[in-house]
Amino acid sequence: MNSTVLELKNIRKLYPGVVALDGVSMSFKKGEVHAIVGENGAGKSTFIKSITGAIEPTEGEIIFKGEFIAHNNPAKSLEMGICAVYQEFNLIPYLNVAENIFYGRYKTKGIFVDYESMYKETKEILDDLGVKIDPRTLVKDLTVGYQQIIEIAKSISRRAKVIIMDEPSAPLTNSELIYLFKIVAKLKERGCAIIYISHRLEEIFEICDKVTVFRDGKYIQTLSVAETNKEELITLMVNRDLGEQFPPKQLVKKDKVLEVKGLNTDVIKDIHFEAYEGEILGFAGLVGAGRTEIARAVFGADKINGGEILLNGKRLNIHSPKDAIASGIGLIPEDRKQHGALLHMSIQENTTYAHLSNFANKFGMIDFKKEIKAVNEYKEALKIKTPFISQKVKNLSGGNQQKVVLAKWLITDCKVLIFDEPTRGIDVGAKQEIYQLMIELAKQGKVIIMISSEMPELLGMSDRIIVMHEGRITGELYREDATQEKILSMASGGQEEVK
Amino acid sequence: MKKKIDWSKYGILAALIALIVFFSIVTDSFLTSVNIMNVLRQVAIIGMCSVGMTFVILTGGIDLSVGSVIGVSAVTAATLMGGGTHPVLACLAALVIGFVVGLINGALINELDMFPMIATLGMMTALRGVAYLVSGGKPVYGIPKSFLFLGQGYISYFPVPVIIMIIVFILGFIILNKTVFGRTVYGTGGNQEASRLSGVSVKKVKYQIYAIEGILAAAAGIILVSRVNSGQPAAGQSYEMDIITACVLGGVSINGGEGKITGVIVGVLIMGVLTNGMILLNVNEFWQWVVKGAVLILAVALDKISQKYKAKVKTV
Repeated sequence: MNSTVLELKNIRKLYPGVVALDGVSMSFKKGEVHAIVGENGAGKSTFIKSITGAIEPTEGEIIFKGEFIAHNNPAKSLEMGICAVYQEFNLIPYLNVAENIFYGRYKTKGIFVDYESMYKETKEILDDLGVKIDPRTLVKDLTVGYQQIIEIAKSISRRAKVIIMDEPSAPLTNSELIYLFKIVAKLKERGCAIIYISHRLEEIFEICDKVTVFRDGKYIQTLSVAETNKEELITLMVNRDLGEQFPPKQLVKKDKVLEVKGLNTDVIKDIHFEAYEGEILGFAGLVGAGRTEIARAVFGADKINGGEILLNGKRLNIHSPKDAIASGIGLIPEDRKQHGALLHMSIQENTTYAHLSNFANKFGMIDFKKEIKAVNEYKEALKIKTPFISQKVKNLSGGNQQKVVLAKWLITDCKVLIFDEPTRGIDVGAKQEIYQLMIELAKQGKVIIMISSEMPELLGMSDRIIVMHEGRITGELYREDATQEKILSMASGGQEEVK
Repeated sequence: MKKKIDWSKYGILAALIALIVFFSIVTDSFLTSVNIMNVLRQVAIIGMCSVGMTFVILTGGIDLSVGSVIGVSAVTAATLMGGGTHPVLACLAALVIGFVVGLINGALINELDMFPMIATLGMMTALRGVAYLVSGGKPVYGIPKSFLFLGQGYISYFPVPVIIMIIVFILGFIILNKTVFGRTVYGTGGNQEASRLSGVSVKKVKYQIYAIEGILAAAAGIILVSRVNSGQPAAGQSYEMDIITACVLGGVSINGGEGKITGVIVGVLIMGVLTNGMILLNVNEFWQWVVKGAVLILAVALDKISQKYKAKVKTV
């Protein structure tokens, strides 16, 4: 029995000066979850866009259900049953669930919209997925996890044969993730071919059947998930041995640097913790537990209702990020594109942005020579890949953007650095470099606070982990005692105080 | 990797040159030194204000109240001078009014979180009313002779207003390109939250840029009084449109964060050359409006089309 749904032959996509895809041939089977992995820029997105018709490949053939598809375009591929669920959802917030699912192809009775049958069909699809959502709920009132389910439901209502999921797990909490996996399993049972793209390799071993590695626009290898492991995949992806994923580090407990006492905001309640020189302090918890809010409160980005922040025993009066920076606290925010980098500005302008007065005379005139020299030093030290520092940050890869944000804080010489999800959406090679750098900084005696939702990262990097649940600290674990199970139990509200 | 020359940046300059060549051919009087000075003097008012407007638009805002500030400043300065106040004090009073209006704009936008377009639209209408109230609805005369140098005098070959405009352009260029403040203006416009999280006082930047624009508009109003030898309550009416058009023609992005003073200079000159050329050709005033509007739409349309083309080439 031939169960191949979609076949691609020798797909090439050339851009002026760049080969984005170099002769990729692959096939996807019914009822199979097929992962595609690769570093940023490996050609995954171009490949996906070729399938959905968002771009037209320079060469190559797309064969869907045995038929050759000429001049593919998004409408055509949707019509055939190839649907994609992107990281940024294409939902309309002020329409309800059913309206979103049937958007562009409303059911009608005469000239009127036939809401009854739309609601009915939506309910059937959602029930089948085991989700309890009223089809009349406005999409804006749903959590990110549910919004993603609506995107998937949209594909189902279109009778999709191939569903492409681009980093579906990135915005999800752990419990939502389990849900997503269940839905993927269900789709698989129904005979959908699923193309699953993720930076989180752990997931692939949990739900995928096959995995294909891309590197530098080339197809490298397809492996059966059962017969491979994480190390092998990483090696194939980066084509170099990364060695130990987390560099070793030894903590010598030194002086107390940061102390937070009874911090309260609208979200977090009664937060007490301290951090020591040379320490990497991890913050664990589900999305919405209040970790980012602690970071923002300490950094002066959000209003606090009470509490004290002490640095080296001195009480700080922080009302704005400006005050925090002046005291020596830096924040690498979770949302790199919105809050971290100034995408429209150059590497040079970004790097000195938080510390610019140091590169200027008393009239505010910038000393460009001094600035360029400093920026070049950090560019070299952080291995930011760019031909020139006047390059706009929006043209860099995610990993390099993050390095520019890091450079901005390194140049200000902060004593305390808060990293909020420092490696989200960054490829394996760059992740490694960022870990290395954090350890280097800790060795220099800085205090590193790391908020992370990636368990291996938390366990591998932190000297100590503070766990949060619904705005409160529910536990604290030292490196040697920390396990995934303990963290999860505390993060879901289990009072397991280990001090 | 070689840096490619982005020709789209020079499109606007090419348009200016084309206009100059065109008017030089079809009229005898366009390319004369007298007329060129005329063009420059005509754009002096708009030119000065366009520098402040560039700052405002770069932060993602807009200031519709400039034209009305010109009016209020003109009638205030004229009324005070007509009443015997020393011209320097009268001018100072007008400048303070411009400064205060800027702060009010800033406060509405910062503290009440109003859209700049709405806040300054309200100010525009209200201040025009104030200009008529101050002047009693009539032009204000009685300007001292000594004061006329500012708007009508020459320093060597150059009319004084032109020299003032050039100074403002140079200062604007230096501030935007060479100072910490200029950098924060670009940063705030491109990404307000990232700027705040980098320790920039976004609110302060906004107060500053609206205050600068207010002062420049007031100064423009003072020069206008000297040039026409009276304070007209209608002075500066609808100038905001010419000023914004010049900025947009010059490539300043309405979304903020992108644009250059050098481009704005070209934008201002295009507006001046176009107006002057059409007057020389005896084009009906109503048609002049049509042409100016069309030029704005055409410029933005070309820009959008070139962006789309670039985006297509770039997506990898």
